Amino acid sequence: MVEFFQYVINGISLGSIYALIAIGYTMVFGVLQLINFAHGDVYMLGAFVGYYSAKWFHFTDKPSLTNLILVLIFAMVMCASVGYIIERFAYRPLRKAPRINLLITAVGVSLLLEFSGQLIFGSDPKFFPELYIPQTDLSIGEIKINPLQVIVLIISLILMGFLQYIVFRTRVGRAMRAVSFNHDLASLMGIPTNKVISLTFMLGSALAGAGGVLVGIIYPRIEPMMGVMPGLKAFVAAVLGGIGNIAGAVVGALTLGMAETFLVGYWASTYRDALAFALLIFILLVKPTGLFGTNRTEKV
Amino acid sequence: MSGPIQISNRLGKFHSNWIWLVTGIFIWLISIFLTDQINPYYLNIILYSGINIILAVSLNLVNGFTGQFSMGHAGFMSVGAYASAFITTYFQAHHVDLFSNPLIGQSIFVGSLILGGLVSCAAGYLVGLPSLRLKGDYLAIVTLGFGEIIRVIFLNVDAVGGSRGMPGIPPLSNFGWIFSFVVLTVFVVERLIKSPQGRSFLSVREDEIAAEAMGVNITGAKVRAFVIGAFFAGVAGGLFAHQLQFINPVTFDFNRSFEIIIMVVLGGMGSISGSIVAAVFLTTLREALRPLQEITQVDLRMIIYSFLLIVLMLTRPNGLFGTKEIFDFLPGKKK
Amino acid sequence: MKQSFFYGLVLTSIMSLSLIGCTKKNAGTTGAETQSSDDSILVGEVGSLTGPEATFGISTNKGIKLAFKEINDAGGINGKKLELITLDDQGKPEEAATAVTKLITQNKVSAILGEVASGRSLAMAPISQQNKVPMITPSSTNPKVTAVGDYIFRVCFIDPFQGTVMAKFAHDTLKAKKVAVLRDVKNDYSVGLADFFIETYKKLGGEIILDKSYSAGDIDFKSQLTAIRAKHPDAIFVPGYYTDVGLIARQARELGIKAPLLGGDGWDSPKLQEIGGKAVNGSYFSNHYSAEDKSPHVQSFIARFKAMNNEIPDGLAAMGYDAAMVLAASMKSAKSLSGPDIKEAIAAVRNYQGVTGNISIDADRNAIKSAVVLKVENGAFKYQTTINP
Repeated sequence: MVEFFQYVINGISLGSIYALIAIGYTMVFGVLQLINFAHGDVYMLGAFVGYYSAKWFHFTDKPSLTNLILVLIFAMVMCASVGYIIERFAYRPLRKAPRINLLITAVGVSLLLEFSGQLIFGSDPKFFPELYIPQTDLSIGEIKINPLQVIVLIISLILMGFLQYIVFRTRVGRAMRAVSFNHDLASLMGIPTNKVISLTFMLGSALAGAGGVLVGIIYPRIEPMMGVMPGLKAFVAAVLGGIGNIAGAVVGALTLGMAETFLVGYWASTYRDALAFALLIFILLVKPTGLFGTNRTEKV
Repeated sequence: MSGPIQISNRLGKFHSNWIWLVTGIFIWLISIFLTDQINPYYLNIILYSGINIILAVSLNLVNGFTGQFSMGHAGFMSVGAYASAFITTYFQAHHVDLFSNPLIGQSIFVGSLILGGLVSCAAGYLVGLPSLRLKGDYLAIVTLGFGEIIRVIFLNVDAVGGSRGMPGIPPLSNFGWIFSFVVLTVFVVERLIKSPQGRSFLSVREDEIAAEAMGVNITGAKVRAFVIGAFFAGVAGGLFAHQLQFINPVTFDFNRSFEIIIMVVLGGMGSISGSIVAAVFLTTLREALRPLQEITQVDLRMIIYSFLLIVLMLTRPNGLFGTKEIFDFLPGKKK
Repeated sequence: MKQSFFYGLVLTSIMSLSLIGCTKKNAGTTGAETQSSDDSILVGEVGSLTGPEATFGISTNKGIKLAFKEINDAGGINGKKLELITLDDQGKPEEAATAVTKLITQNKVSAILGEVASGRSLAMAPISQQNKVPMITPSSTNPKVTAVGDYIFRVCFIDPFQGTVMAKFAHDTLKAKKVAVLRDVKNDYSVGLADFFIETYKKLGGEIILDKSYSAGDIDFKSQLTAIRAKHPDAIFVPGYYTDVGLIARQARELGIKAPLLGGDGWDSPKLQEIGGKAVNGSYFSNHYSAEDKSPHVQSFIARFKAMNNEIPDGLAAMGYDAAMVLAASMKSAKSLSGPDIKEAIAAVRNYQGVTGNISIDADRNAIKSAVVLKVENGAFKYQTTINP
């Protein structure tokens, strides 16, 4: 029984990491209908920005929560600007091109980020500095809970709530939803669609950047290729929850994290990487809109 | 279709078949006389170009002509590679005397390639039937998922070495076979899209609903295109395995699928000659950029490669040839 | 019809032109291309300088570069300078095969160094063998690599030996009765080591209570570790690379697992402790040499490497260095610099005092050397014991 609860804890902590990346994915897909393969690499950049800024500001000398939050904000800002640059120069010119071209460009951007990352940061894994060392012990007997995981979970929930607020309570959010519903119609209604898409991209990238830093704190090893698999899995999580749906992405991510944990724990650990895709295929065949997606009929 | 047109069509086909035959024989002769003389390094590049042509053209049938964006081509390639390598290594281990006769040895090889292709067909059918109900990006990601699942399965099969891979595959691929299969692939795909069957593929690409209204079985058309594409991917995988003499699951991960997709998109989705040119160009480009590496001391190849890809998509979003063929650009073409 | 005709024409012309073009180029370049001339010897290296396994290729490359610099500073091989050509394979076997073909047929190298991973070495070995160019792999541990032919050598352990070493150590020295295994399923090195460890350990009478796996690059290992914790093992065998082991150790300690971790030479890197921190303390791994070894030989290697690269060498760098040094020593003693003669000289290497131990090449072209077991303790790898083959 102890194992079971430990698996649940592990699943939630892994799922909350996937969730951070998945939200950005789902937002971009919702607005642009683009599988942004580069998203996982923006997450990698976030981790490296965190790494270098922590060194630069000498935050490692005196670990504290403020340092963590400062680094987090810095990484988010940097990643938002990177996201803006990617959107402006790689994706915007292709707005009218076939969607597949956009996909290929995304793959190109992803490869570019990965390999420039290897060139600039070096390909050896780096140790992410300990920005904050919590002293409290949250373990319940044999069930171990890393306090950092709790902090990460809280921070991700705050970010998700913030996002939910932006999308559903602000004018910008309404514009985002309008663009996502119908791009052309939205622009006819006077919505500056390009600006809205840029903003969505920046928000998504900022979240990915935050994800990079938070992952770096719990799993202190970062490398230029770290974004590939989590990126794909986060996409699966986003589809699972219904693409374009923020709460759905979180639920999908937690489901995926939990499913992986149980598969590895109770059954065959070698099939872990296949599980995410098997789950994806299953959900797409049974309910293509995902758990919480809304049905959209195709107009002839 | 009325009688006379049918006959003239047949004549046309016969005529073109004849040309293909001559081409094939010509290449065989060249290969016999020249492969010994040319530098193995260049030969190596040419052979991999040939394998990539098969992969790109067969993927173009699915992605370009039928409009179903598949990202799992490497998966089918690996199925064919493992199946054919398994057969030839089995014969090598248990009936090595058979290979002493080149005729039997070569027949075993071609048999294993075809069998590999057929196994890959079956995999294509299993994957295609459920996933081709999906469209666009969803289909893309599901095929990518299937490709990865196939890779993970091979990772777990000890009979083919798991992650340690399969070493000691007999080096049976040569210029003649690779080129013959290039010709076969191009021929089949080219004739296919000119046939009524192929026209139904094109109609699915252009407008599914209209195609269905015209009586085209769209699911059937998609699955057929998918299965044929998988067959040639499997054959290419077999040729690849017997060229490299070693395969392991990591070789067939989604990056390989991306590579093939890039060839198809670069050449133009729906252009066979475009795929051929792009496959040759991209395979050569990697090696052509090597001297640069010796100068700069850092490997910039992938950075240049990805940068080129983005720039090309931005400046020429339809690929080099779009849906046109290379001879459409030649002067004096009658309309 | 017209199109078919054009296809035939275009394809034929492309292929025949390329063939003819290549023949010509080949004929023209045989004299002009850089090749081993009177005052220099070319040696080719193939490694993963980019791609997911770049960090291993780069480490090895640094070790080889240091060796070449030292050989040349000391006067080279019988008056000739060694020249290194390094080609990248992006971690792909077919790229490695193409690269080694280029080195042999274009650059006309006298010998090949590489690759780190057995998968790539297996793709390269048939080509080296066919062209009669000796190849020394610094760290491909799969026994099948050198089985390809008599031109293929290695300076590292093979999987069966290292698996045996740790199994014996776990059973005899640690007195562990129950061991769990956590292997990297994506990595042939790790799978091979785990298999041979299990085989020997069972033979010795121990019990393998759980065999779990992960994939290189994973960040979360807690599910596997939770399952392992439930079985209360005396030790956990984790034959992965240092890139993952640091994280595994951290998470094991977080879950309250007290049992020591055991591993192989893939652990040997300062990064292990940087990433793992205190969590890796008290773990054991087998290695070729101990950095604590006070022999001037080892110490001066570490000092020189540090001077050149501003970092402490990891195991792969030391192996690269030794592979290059064994090659240089063989070239010095070879009758001539032709492939067969260098091959003979490498096969005759006995008791070569390398950084990673005394290397003797056996009849299967594998290196016979003793292994040491090291214990990780507060920022240092403490020498425990030496186990002879």
